[in-house]
Amino acid sequence: MLIDFNFRIILEYLPLFLTGLRSTFFISIVSIALALTTGIIACACRISGVRIIKYPAIAYIEVIRSTPLLVQIYFLYFGLPTLGLMIPEIQTGILALMLNSGAYIAEIIRAGINSVDEGQLEAGISSGLNYIQRMRFIILPQALGVTIPPLLGQAIVLVKDSALLSLISVMELTRCGQTMTSERFMPAEAFFTVAFFYMCIYFVLKAVADWSQRKLIFREAY
Amino acid sequence: MMAFYFARLVEIFPFFLKGLWMTSKIAFISLVTCTLIGFALGMIRSGNNIILKRIVGIYVAFVRGTPFVVQIFIVFFILPEWGIQLEAFPAALLAMAIMGSAFICEIVAGGIDSISRGQWEAAASSGLTLVQQLRLIIVPQAMKVILPPLVGQYVLLIKDTSVVSVIGVMELTRVGWVTVVRIPEGLMVFSLVGALYFIISYPLILISNYLEQKMAV
Repeated sequence: MLIDFNFRIILEYLPLFLTGLRSTFFISIVSIALALTTGIIACACRISGVRIIKYPAIAYIEVIRSTPLLVQIYFLYFGLPTLGLMIPEIQTGILALMLNSGAYIAEIIRAGINSVDEGQLEAGISSGLNYIQRMRFIILPQALGVTIPPLLGQAIVLVKDSALLSLISVMELTRCGQTMTSERFMPAEAFFTVAFFYMCIYFVLKAVADWSQRKLIFREAY
Repeated sequence: MMAFYFARLVEIFPFFLKGLWMTSKIAFISLVTCTLIGFALGMIRSGNNIILKRIVGIYVAFVRGTPFVVQIFIVFFILPEWGIQLEAFPAALLAMAIMGSAFICEIVAGGIDSISRGQWEAAASSGLTLVQQLRLIIVPQAMKVILPPLVGQYVLLIKDTSVVSVIGVMELTRVGWVTVVRIPEGLMVFSLVGALYFIISYPLILISNYLEQKMAV
């Protein structure tokens, strides 16, 4: 069992794991930034009254939410080359993560906007503010606080989802574990190390999420 | 060429249905086991036994902090080292049970914690035992909080069954992966796979939305 757990081999492979960790960081940060942009745009289309952009946005969000991420990754990985688009695996992976998280973020933002009381909107209208002003001065400042904890939750999900990119041979943390397993036949050492690094990221993000949640409740109490 | 591949795809469609059947089988078995284990763990987690609470807490943190792929690799590659040989299918079910029950445990614990202290005290002073308190007073009220996220979690679990394809279980995603080698039309093959997943999970999403609206008062 764990008696013959070999720490020396982990130390030997530590540089590889650190490059993997850096790659996971890079993929996560870039994907989150892109997903946030996608999510904001998709949400703006979703809540707008213009049908020609509203229905495509609904279709996008619902299709992404009801199919697995792995299928989306394979769809792009095997599908883009048939369209003549040859891009590196890592970009395909980031694209998949962006599209996937973008749909969830759009729903999170929409829920935040819907959480603002109807009366606030009416008060805005009767103060003579137009749509943009109402959004900017009344709805969004109030919605922002509600959306931050679930957005951080989505960031945690995204970091974990980035592990799936190992299946299209992107050299990130999980892939490093697979590499070490195939070279040294030591799956326990490899995957527990990988799990340890993911746990570290998780605890940091979770602490931030919990902190923001407490702040939010504190502010609402007044 | 497109039309030719499309004809081939139609030809091997039964293969996809077999994958869909396997996916549904894994999903159904794991939803049932996850719900049972998750409810039991959730009651422990919101209970009073500090040691048990801590143990469940560590388990939940481990599962929530690591990706599901890594958990599958741990179950499939490391258990044999410790002398537990598992076929791909039982290994997949075990990994799903470990993962899903931790998430459901959190949902259940959150629901039970949302019930006010007074309800517990009233139940206790009516002379009910702990099991009776939970069964008759607490859980029925907590269900209102538990149900919407629980159905949402079911959708996530169904989608996560796609990940067990990495250890070679012949389910829907694996079928797509095998097919795309023969029929090099990635867009077509994985659109079909996606559509089949959509058929199972979209109704559940609708139910989840409905419950969320109905219970949110």
